[in-house]
Amino acid sequence: MSTPAPALVVTGLRVTLRGTDTDIVDEVSFSIQPGEVLGLVGESGSGKTTAGLALLGHTRRGAEISAGSVLVGDRDILKLGLGELRRIRGSVVSYVPQDPAASLNPALRIGTQVMEVLETHSFGADQTERRDRIAEMMREVALPDAPAYLRRYPHELSGGQQQRIGLAMAFACRPRVIVLDEPTTGLDVTTQAHVLGTVRELAALHGAAALYVSHDLAVVGTLAARVAVMYAGRIVELGSADELFRSAAHPYTRRLVAAIPHLSGRRALVGIPGRAPSPGSRPKGCFFAARCTLVQPACEEAQPDLRMVGDQHSVRCIRAEEVIGQAVLASGAADEIAAGAAGEAVLSLRGVHAGYGELTVVHDVNLEVAPRECLALVGESGSGKTTLARSIAGLHHQRTGEILLRGTPLAASSRGRPREARRDIQYVFQNPYGSLNPRRTVGQIIRQPIELFGGVERPDAAVAEMLDRVALGGRYADRYPDQLSGGERQRVAIARALVCRPSVLVCDEVTSALDVSVQAAIVELLAGLQRDLGLAMLFVTHNLPLVRSIAGRVAVMSTGRIVEMGVVEHVLRAPSDEYTRRLLSDTPSLETATA
Amino acid sequence: MAVTSDIAVTPEPEVITARRPAGALLRSSLRLWRTRIGVALVVLLVVVALFGPFFAPHGPTDFVGAPNTGPSDAARFGTDHIGQDVWSRFLWGGREVLGMAVAATAIGLILGGLIGLVAAYSRNILDDVLMRAMDVILAFPQIMLALVAIATVGPKTWLLVLTVGLTTMPRVARVARGAAQPIVERDFVAAAEALGVPRLRILVGEVMPNTLSPLLVEVNLRLTYSIGLIAGLAFLGFAPNPNGADWGFMIQENRLALVQQPWGVVLPVVAIALLTIGTGLVGDGIARAAVGIDRSRGGE
Repeated sequence: MSTPAPALVVTGLRVTLRGTDTDIVDEVSFSIQPGEVLGLVGESGSGKTTAGLALLGHTRRGAEISAGSVLVGDRDILKLGLGELRRIRGSVVSYVPQDPAASLNPALRIGTQVMEVLETHSFGADQTERRDRIAEMMREVALPDAPAYLRRYPHELSGGQQQRIGLAMAFACRPRVIVLDEPTTGLDVTTQAHVLGTVRELAALHGAAALYVSHDLAVVGTLAARVAVMYAGRIVELGSADELFRSAAHPYTRRLVAAIPHLSGRRALVGIPGRAPSPGSRPKGCFFAARCTLVQPACEEAQPDLRMVGDQHSVRCIRAEEVIGQAVLASGAADEIAAGAAGEAVLSLRGVHAGYGELTVVHDVNLEVAPRECLALVGESGSGKTTLARSIAGLHHQRTGEILLRGTPLAASSRGRPREARRDIQYVFQNPYGSLNPRRTVGQIIRQPIELFGGVERPDAAVAEMLDRVALGGRYADRYPDQLSGGERQRVAIARALVCRPSVLVCDEVTSALDVSVQAAIVELLAGLQRDLGLAMLFVTHNLPLVRSIAGRVAVMSTGRIVEMGVVEHVLRAPSDEYTRRLLSDTPSLETATA
Repeated sequence: MAVTSDIAVTPEPEVITARRPAGALLRSSLRLWRTRIGVALVVLLVVVALFGPFFAPHGPTDFVGAPNTGPSDAARFGTDHIGQDVWSRFLWGGREVLGMAVAATAIGLILGGLIGLVAAYSRNILDDVLMRAMDVILAFPQIMLALVAIATVGPKTWLLVLTVGLTTMPRVARVARGAAQPIVERDFVAAAEALGVPRLRILVGEVMPNTLSPLLVEVNLRLTYSIGLIAGLAFLGFAPNPNGADWGFMIQENRLALVQQPWGVVLPVVAIALLTIGTGLVGDGIARAAVGIDRSRGGE
């Protein structure tokens, strides 16, 4: 790019399945200046992690780097032997993995582990110098540098602290390039905001070139000045974060941005229909052509090249100029969401406490959900929101207080409840990879409630109708869950919940395991179903911006208590509780990213 | 092709092992040479045991010559310690060992599987009661319990099958419980509970099918042990029918003349060895296919 020499130059990187010509990642080229953070964004299966790992000369089992170069200074990482690679990993190029808990050895004290990195790379002249360096690192990642702290074991640290240790280890030898692979996934927004700040400061301070791999466009937008968007193993667009969010030149980027929930301004989320082609089944033309609304015959003939459309803005689309010319954010205004309680509450909670053994995690919760109303329950992990949701479904048994369905108190355990109550309250689980029995077909899974509750004359027809309603179609009935994508599985779970026409639907973090474009589609679907079927819905989530797109009212939960409850518009615009304010300010969003 | 998608797609939020149906597991395990050899051995010995009697030149208790004579035209592998035809007794002698071993393993599998699943699913005091009871049985060597039972009641076929089956039970129960424990925590079990599906149906319909892969491995291992144990008991003289042909009992009868007329011992020993090696290889092959060892070789 411009004047100073880039710290990292990647050209024509290609990763293939070992011994085949099937590429996972191809034609990946970018450069990063010292002190700069480049965001690499993509959905699952886009090859972003593969590309990130290749910068360390590493591939997952069964894959190999077959072409390209990764220049750090004038040294090509990909030409180094195994011994040399081992020396430069951690010292010249370092890596921060996704899960801090899994990447730290639980049997070793953290001080020992950080020291190990320095010793391996013979950093510093002696132990005193290394100890000084460790203390310095600890201060830089905002952790105590006291020897007592360094004597702790990883399990004595919180998730955020563990990830800071990961950062300290990665920056310990002052590397020139650092690859961060979704290091804040699984952290609370507040912790995430702090870790992101630390990453930015460290990169600037050490003049390291940082590649931040993530699926979360909003997070990347707050952190990186430039962003590369990956789709099906290719970089489809590379430009400044601002350009990407405001005037993206690739249709995929546009759709991705439209799929992100916004904190301000209510609008419907629009998912991207279809699936990205997987390696080995990629077409010869543009990989996005099958899902693109602007597709022309020319798109399907040849793979478009990455070309410049602005000063530092390149894109892989032959109609980029038209795309830029389009109105910003194609998604329109949202449908009217019922805010007030429309009539008698169908579900009410009075003084509900719930806990595990001695520990009480839900304190004195009172709330009501009316028919045709969606109440969002927002809180960070550990706030007790899932325990509350499971109590309502009769899956968490240790609770006191009253949970009433149309005025009738319900037993704590689902088995103690009458059949009608079990049918009337349905629950959708967080993780669609765990909530469907892998040994049953989709049809059998959806039929289960029908067989149990009866009242449906033609079960097969009901299953087919339900599959249509969740936009899957009857042909899915014979498939097994492992043949479906995450979004499709969640649709099956929703179909199972709705097939017996419940009046209350409890959704527990139903989109947190899914990609943003899939999340948008699921929220779109749920909002539509809730309206059409007149459901009373409790939508549990940690994602504050998402609330706006689906719920009329919101309850904010912190350490087991509801700290604020009200109409979404009011709560998000003028939060009255300190905790809500903090949650709002720490939530990464496109607004703050481009402000 | 399975390999292709495994690598290409970034890991799913929750990686579920042994998700493939048991049928697919058997098929993929058959790509391994160890499984193929194992299956070939088992099939060979089962055929010998089942259909051997139809090809036996003499009855199992017919006298065809002097005791302990070497191979001749009248007796292909010579005669045994009282002048019966070794080859005929060998062909007759597999049925009982094999039949009893299979029956005993079936008893152990059904009871042990049930106890293990119930223990894992109950997640309360019942779990402890059941598993500690299993531990008590495990504390005694299998053969000792069998000997005590036989010494009390006598060497009856049903008793042998029952004791071997019952002593196999706790071993299967431990494996079944271990396999079911992660399954009962999964959300699809919670989903069934929220719907109010009866417990037995959850156990049989939701949990059990997901534990089949490890149980399949265990069954082969237990069959191997049962064959050895039943043959061993027969060798010690506890065969239900002292005059009948039985591989284990044949070894005991003829061991004194081992130097003079080895065939009476060698034939049943080789048969038992091949059968146990065969079932062992099959179990090992399935286990390897389940965890994905040898995948590159297996996927060719």
